[in-house]
Amino acid sequence: MTIKILNAIIAVVGGVLGAIVLYWLLNKLAELLPGRWEDRVKPYLFLLPAVAAISLYLIYPAIQTLIYSFANKNSTAFVGFDNYTSLLKSQNFQNTLFNTLLWIIIVPAAVIVVGLLIATLADRLGPRGEKLSKTLIFLPMAIGAVSAGAIWKFVYAVRPPGQNQIGLFNGIFTGLGGDPVNWLQLSTLRFNSLLLMVMLLWMQAGFAMVLLSAAIKGVPTETLEAARLDGAAEGTIFFRIVVPQIRTTLITVFITVLIGVLKTFDIVYVMTNGRSKTNVIAVDFFNQLFTNRNNGNAAAIVVMLLIIMIPVLVFQVRQFRAEEAAR
Amino acid sequence: MSGTQAVTATPVQLPEQSTSIGSRRNRKRKHDPTAKSPMWVRIVLGLICLAWVIPTFGLAVTSFRAKDDAATSGWWTIFTTPSNFTRLTLKNYSDVFSQTDMGEAFVNSIAITVPATIIPILIAAFAAYAFSFMQFPGRDLLLIVIVGLLVVPTQVALVPLLKIYGALGLNGTLPAVWLTHIGFGMPLAVYIIRNYMSTLPKEVIESAKIDGASHFQTFWRLILPMSTPVLASFAIFQFLWVWNDLLNALIFAGQNSPLPVSLNRLIGSEGQGWQLLTAGGLFTMIVPIIVFLSLQRYFVRGLTAGSVKG
Repeated sequence: MTIKILNAIIAVVGGVLGAIVLYWLLNKLAELLPGRWEDRVKPYLFLLPAVAAISLYLIYPAIQTLIYSFANKNSTAFVGFDNYTSLLKSQNFQNTLFNTLLWIIIVPAAVIVVGLLIATLADRLGPRGEKLSKTLIFLPMAIGAVSAGAIWKFVYAVRPPGQNQIGLFNGIFTGLGGDPVNWLQLSTLRFNSLLLMVMLLWMQAGFAMVLLSAAIKGVPTETLEAARLDGAAEGTIFFRIVVPQIRTTLITVFITVLIGVLKTFDIVYVMTNGRSKTNVIAVDFFNQLFTNRNNGNAAAIVVMLLIIMIPVLVFQVRQFRAEEAAR
Repeated sequence: MSGTQAVTATPVQLPEQSTSIGSRRNRKRKHDPTAKSPMWVRIVLGLICLAWVIPTFGLAVTSFRAKDDAATSGWWTIFTTPSNFTRLTLKNYSDVFSQTDMGEAFVNSIAITVPATIIPILIAAFAAYAFSFMQFPGRDLLLIVIVGLLVVPTQVALVPLLKIYGALGLNGTLPAVWLTHIGFGMPLAVYIIRNYMSTLPKEVIESAKIDGASHFQTFWRLILPMSTPVLASFAIFQFLWVWNDLLNALIFAGQNSPLPVSLNRLIGSEGQGWQLLTAGGLFTMIVPIIVFLSLQRYFVRGLTAGSVKG
């Protein structure tokens, strides 16, 4: 145990010192070059370590994964589109895709609605009440998905009829006279998936609230006053005046939550591991890789995930360029 | 950024003064500032807050209940049955250390999180400096690639990385995990820090140049100190993200499992006792919650990092 701590300290000190020495050397190297060349080469030397890390950890593996997706389970022979066709034909994977689609449709919208509701309400409280309520709602962001799993297991837990219920939902439900329900196995209308989505909503609503609340505070008071003088109702003011002015932030929150949703792994893995029709694409990837030991299928699944993300990626890049042009 | 940690990647337009939770504008925004907030607002918001807190509260209460109590009655009974309240105990916490590997997992978590948080900062800051203050061919293209990579799920990298680490004999070691986090966190680090640096006044650089300072000196003496707020907010992000990460730890950590992996094992073996799971869960959350509460301001500023206009 002390060895581990020592190793960590060595890693940090060595890593930081190593980086400093590396940049110093790169800089010295550039200064050896004749005048003009020094300025030409130096930017690339400053970028080199970061770009190397990104290439090694993201770009090269992404290309490699694309290649694996056309190969068999041990990546020893090419099989063409077999991984894709067999996945898309399988009932299980169709089910997984359908669930992922539900997550995409429901969660970002729900997070925005709840975040906006809380932001609007908290804005009407006094400073102390506002700060307290916002902190309480923001806090689940710091709690990781696995800890959230431990927390919510106690909400959804079930005991056989006749025994005392220890889960909050069943405690309330049986208290009202119902029979205990195994919530996480209740796949009718994908109710169990909805319950997992509630967990993500619980974790992310605070994030939406913080950004949206800041944006709402930025709406000029004059426009609100003018509308009030004209006799507009509060609802009209909100939808016709506030919402258009915080549009950019709404889009940002939507995109960010959407990206988070597509990568959702831990919640589903911890709570159900995809059983009872709750599987999503990121969990399926993990199980193909480790339970089925099938590199080909796993790679094909991530490539499909990547394809689903292309519209988001294009949007993101365009948004960035528009921002840069406005600078 | 796999998992569920959210990170804003798109720049947002926000007023500068609203970068901390609950900050108020100087101007009064309510039509009648002396009026108290309406009762229904307080009731609705109070109910929402309650709904947000109760699940965590239930876990916290259960973590102090004896094994049999936790298995045979709901945590809320401590309020209805006084004997359940008086039997609360700290035993679960000592059991978590003696009967599970949570203590060792805590050390592993620290040994993974600290290097993964600190090492990328300098590397990303140098790259961000080049993007902000130097002219070179390919700059915009490279930047757009980095923005694009913010969206790419890190799962694309896992299978090839397993093979590379396997060839190097790194699988199942702590460096395998933190090196991966450094690589995966790099696009966000460069992006956030660059967004901040590009709002710093260009005159500072120009006058430093006139005084004969090299880029290296300007970076070290001027830009890096001026960028501390954004470096701090990236560090908090990365810390929370790495501490709570399950996927990469499951794949690369092997026997050296950090807290989320150990906690997940406890959740899987729930039959052996809910009370250990709850104590372990609370133990796992405590560090990120402390970090979060004490550095909340930087964290929120990081969320709106793209928006800080000079």
